[in-house]
Amino acid sequence: MEHKTSFFKAIKAVIWKDLIAELRSKELVSGMLVFSLLVIFIFNFSLELSPSTRASVTAGVLWVTIIFAGTIGLNRSMAVEKDRGCLDGLLLAPVDRTAIYFGKSIANWIFMLIVAAIILPVYSLLYNNNVISIGLIFVILLGSEGYVAIGTLLSSMAVQARTRDILLPILLFPVVIPILIASVKASNGFLTGVPFNELTNWIYLLAAYDVIFTSVAFMVFDAVVEE
Amino acid sequence: MKNKPKFLKILDIITIISFVMATLMVFFYAPLERVMGAVQKVFYFHVSAGWVGMLSFMIAAIAGIVYLIKKDSKWDLIGYSAVEIGIAFTMINVITGSIWARPIWNSWWTWDPRLTTATIMELVYFAYIMLRQGIDDPERRNRFSAVYAIVGFISVPLTFFSIRIFDRTIHPVVIGASGASAVGSFDMTPLMLQTLLFSIPVFSILFVDLMWHRIRLGQYSNEIEELKLRIQD
Repeated sequence: MEHKTSFFKAIKAVIWKDLIAELRSKELVSGMLVFSLLVIFIFNFSLELSPSTRASVTAGVLWVTIIFAGTIGLNRSMAVEKDRGCLDGLLLAPVDRTAIYFGKSIANWIFMLIVAAIILPVYSLLYNNNVISIGLIFVILLGSEGYVAIGTLLSSMAVQARTRDILLPILLFPVVIPILIASVKASNGFLTGVPFNELTNWIYLLAAYDVIFTSVAFMVFDAVVEE
Repeated sequence: MKNKPKFLKILDIITIISFVMATLMVFFYAPLERVMGAVQKVFYFHVSAGWVGMLSFMIAAIAGIVYLIKKDSKWDLIGYSAVEIGIAFTMINVITGSIWARPIWNSWWTWDPRLTTATIMELVYFAYIMLRQGIDDPERRNRFSAVYAIVGFISVPLTFFSIRIFDRTIHPVVIGASGASAVGSFDMTPLMLQTLLFSIPVFSILFVDLMWHRIRLGQYSNEIEELKLRIQD
């Protein structure tokens, strides 16, 4: 292939394609958003989030919400590709396959961050308690990166299976638990005002997991899409 | 149909004899632990089964890597067999642990790093089985399960590491020093150590024997699939 598009150009093109498709249909982000609001409401009733209990569970509630919404987003983002035959089109394109992986991951990451960016202020508003801090935003950036890195890989497997709707969470949740633990612990630290230097361990750990998961997914992605 | 290889027959006999020996050793050779009593005897097979579980999942991950490189369905069969056996042994590991924990920790279950990690590992491989069942095309199924065996095997130690950081374990470490918070630790007498050191290789032999049988079974089921296809044609 002589006219191979450059790697970063290809990534950018895939991200751009996803963003434009989303801008036109708005089904992914709106679905994730409504879903995550519902999850917060369900948590409110099931955990009776009174001010005293809330302090200890806020990080957990936020992360469960993000992760559940993320599953919906990942499933949808890959199912759209699969159903309309776009995945085959993407794979036929004369670009490096891993560029497709990175493009899809980054697009999914952006969608998750958009959802998080709306959930955080809404949560703060609903509970009259400002949860937004630089530290928390940083943790969400890192945590959701690891999540989409492995989630994009697994969702591209799940959509090709017969049982795809139930398969993604079953495949994804046991594997992302390390990321979830580190994210919840670090977020909890920031929310309860633990000084930053006591949380650096969790941040480093989270960064290390991101690197591990991203590189593993990057290495095996070729095997998932080759036909 | 191939006859059962002679060496496999011998291995079967060795496995049975050594397993009976290990059981006898656990009950009659190893002394009764002074504080915990008879329930401590679960420990020998608990450790051995845990070892076989870890070994199987490691083999499954390695077989996954080799499969992705060589694309030979033989390696998929090895990986799949290892996962099935690993699930069984991890289950034995968790259940024997619970039997021991009930009198010693006064609870069937605690959210201890080791317990939690073992169970999450079990869930990862349940997911592996479900993934396989969800895909019809054999070639694709082999590829995906190889990928998932690798990803799962990398994730499990990270889970353990994460939980370990914030939770001090109450799980005793019998070889080496237990943590200060461990409950139910004990010092092994030489006879106990011998029993343990005998049980682990016995379980490893059992694993090899089971693997061999499972792979043969897989080969037969592949042959049957082919025969069925031939009839349809």
